[in-house]
Amino acid sequence: MKNNFFDEFSDSKKTRDLTQKIKQTAKDFKEEIFLMEVCGTHTVAIFKSGIKSILPDNIRLLSGPGCPVCVTPNPYLDRAIALSRSDDIIITTFGDMMRVPGSSSSLEKEKTKGKDIRMVYSTSDALRIARDNPDKNVVFLGVGFETTSPTVAFALKEAKSRKINNFSVLSAHKLIPPALRLLAQSPDLKVNGFICPGHVSTIIGTKPYKFLADQYHIPCVISGFEPVDLFQSLFLLLTQIKNGTAKVENQYFRAVKDEGNPNALRLIDEIFQTTDSLWRGIGIIPQSGLVIKEEYQEFDAEKKIPVLVEKNREPKGCLCGLVIQGKKSPMDCPYYAKQCTPQSPIGPCMVSSEGSCQAFFKYGQMNARVQGQGARDQGQGSRVKGPGSRVKKTRNREVNKNNG
Amino acid sequence: MCLGVPVKVIQREGNEGIGEFKGVKRNINFALLDEVKVGEYVILHAGFAIQRLDQDDAEKTLELFEELAKANDEE
Ligand code: SF4
Repeated sequence: MKNNFFDEFSDSKKTRDLTQKIKQTAKDFKEEIFLMEVCGTHTVAIFKSGIKSILPDNIRLLSGPGCPVCVTPNPYLDRAIALSRSDDIIITTFGDMMRVPGSSSSLEKEKTKGKDIRMVYSTSDALRIARDNPDKNVVFLGVGFETTSPTVAFALKEAKSRKINNFSVLSAHKLIPPALRLLAQSPDLKVNGFICPGHVSTIIGTKPYKFLADQYHIPCVISGFEPVDLFQSLFLLLTQIKNGTAKVENQYFRAVKDEGNPNALRLIDEIFQTTDSLWRGIGIIPQSGLVIKEEYQEFDAEKKIPVLVEKNREPKGCLCGLVIQGKKSPMDCPYYAKQCTPQSPIGPCMVSSEGSCQAFFKYGQMNARVQGQGARDQGQGSRVKGPGSRVKKTRNREVNKNNG
Repeated sequence: MCLGVPVKVIQREGNEGIGEFKGVKRNINFALLDEVKVGEYVILHAGFAIQRLDQDDAEKTLELFEELAKANDEE
């Protein structure tokens, strides 16, 4: 492999070559085209790539529900926080969850109060902590989509076979395709094409998106995360829309195989079963969650360690739930960049580095300025809101163009 | 949270190994992907190799990109 190989994927000279093509294709559309990037990692990559600033006004990018932190419901966090208050429990978690506000506290706040809450990079680290602390219950917070759930399934299997009985998982794992079905069916949301999540697809493959093309006639492109990937995927999507076709294309074929990762899928199947699941701000989506199977219930923190959980209180006025469905933009939220900032977030979309609100806050303005699009972007507010609310007027802001 | 980084496998023993990308070394668990050899690239997510990163396919992607960018419009 050439040395500069990976750099070629972020070569701006390359992407410029396709920019013209994208603009040309966009000219053919009489009406506004809404494309949704499902995955939070894509949301950030898209902001960083500057792609939003080259898009013609009639092409809108919407952020989707693919931010695990954003869709994890309050009661889950409250349970994790309640568990952390018990002296014989060590909570292990990916860093993303630390600052998410629950009903009255957060893991970060509990940690500063002296609770034993440890950030880990991998489930293997959590297992190690369990092995090193046999007199404590070590609970891992299982949050994430199909990319992450196999690594948690592996830990559960290891715990059972190596009899690490003080290890358990509090599972809030979710599945992407059922959420996409909900969006496709949503009467107040118009999506002309999906940019499908690259790393979820390394596990599930290309087939689970087929229903979107076949039943709902929505074009899909599975995309990588580098600028070259994003520009190419966008062009492929627009071309499909222009030609009136709807199929699943795999732009990220260097890492995504049609069949996905069969080992990982088998492991998910062995340890978890699907269930109706609550998505924060969205509601219950049928068969969209993973719970630990009965054979492994001695490692299921929810069953194993009963705890009193406080009454759920959602942050008032936070629009996160609508933002992650592409129905509202962070700009539509009265708290955005005022009471709600990454330093003092009100809702999960501002906490997570992949949340739309934080991505807007961090890259939105920069994107507009760096690309010199500020002037053109101004006053787009009334047209760039989620498609469900296009008619309403909104405040002028230079980055409005970048929103949903 | 679905962040994945490409790494080159530089060492492997059973399910454990080490990968490197741009000078940064990371531990890899191969439990989800057995058939990987030293010298190959994988996508690393939360300490696990979740998929192989095919170098030829990466080249092909770049070629396809060039083709798209250069192709003459039929209109
Ligand atoms: S800006 Fe803050 S309060 Fe408003 S939707 Fe985003 S996270 Fe919620």
